[in-house]
Amino acid sequence: MSAEHHEESTVVVQPVDKAKVRLFMKVTLILFVITMIEFAIAFTVDAGILRTAVFIALTIVKAFYIVSEFMHLGHEVKTLIWSILIPLIFLVWLIIALIYQGGQVLLVR
Amino acid sequence: MSSTAVVASDSDKDLWMGGNEPLKASYGKLMMWFFLLSDAFSFSGLLIAYGMIRFSHPAFQGSPDEFVFSQEYWPIPEKVFEAVPFLHGISLPLVFVGIMTFVLILSSVTMVLAVEAGQRMDRKGVEKWMLWTILGGLAFLGCQAWEWTHFIVGTEEGGRLLDGTFIHGANLSQNQYGPPNFAALFFFITGFHGFHVFSGVCLNFLIFYQATVGKLEKVGHYEMVEKVGLYWHFVDLVWVFVFTFFYLV
Repeated sequence: MSAEHHEESTVVVQPVDKAKVRLFMKVTLILFVITMIEFAIAFTVDAGILRTAVFIALTIVKAFYIVSEFMHLGHEVKTLIWSILIPLIFLVWLIIALIYQGGQVLLVR
Repeated sequence: MSSTAVVASDSDKDLWMGGNEPLKASYGKLMMWFFLLSDAFSFSGLLIAYGMIRFSHPAFQGSPDEFVFSQEYWPIPEKVFEAVPFLHGISLPLVFVGIMTFVLILSSVTMVLAVEAGQRMDRKGVEKWMLWTILGGLAFLGCQAWEWTHFIVGTEEGGRLLDGTFIHGANLSQNQYGPPNFAALFFFITGFHGFHVFSGVCLNFLIFYQATVGKLEKVGHYEMVEKVGLYWHFVDLVWVFVFTFFYLV
């Protein structure tokens, strides 16, 4: 009992890492601003390939910040980064195949 | 004496059952990463299927101002999702879904602060930020419940089906807003994501509870917070993609 109490009281709480928290706040601000830009584009620019491409690019920027900073992947070893990112290459094929397929279905509808 | 105990448990964490950890990541975190990779494929499958089905339907031709709901073409998302609670009858396209996006991003921020507190062995900090994260998750689920209800009940003007029946709202086979597939995909994609949010809230609560009763402190590290944190950020990440491909594009 006394030993347990002793152990508990010796847990040393480190001070807040201010640089880290500042980085998180910066990332939050970036995500906020990008989403606001997306809104602005959605209401001012007419739909089209260019607008869609901009939306996808901005989404990938947001995804980069979430994965790299919030999920900390950017600070892991290179092998781990690549073993997560490289398998996603398969999606490129799936996107091309299914979008093409969808267009063909429309033609024969 | 006690500080050596903390160091010993730290180095235990760095060891897998047979030697040094690969990729400088603990077993739990590495497995969480590979689970999330597989989950990313599930969500990609759903979103790419959305793209395919959308491209297999005609798009609305003409000015967006003249848009009306019809079974003949795919609806413009911002014409469908334009309602906000307590502001009945006012057209506010994408405003509510924007609020949901910020709620989820903010809960991701509080989660990252919980992880940071855990790395400093700050139990009070972990409790505080985990609680905010759970509240953010519940707020998001509440918003989604409202969004679903509004989508299912429908708008006052309603819409006409191909056989001439007049209906309000949508279900898995009929849809006032456009082709039935649009509603089915809405239910599947946001539903699958919402279920992830729900399980994330449950996991967060479990870890919050373990931190509160001092279990994690006794274990000697707060790595569980980092693991559920990875899952929670992934849920946020998926929403960023759902937001773009379902609502914006």
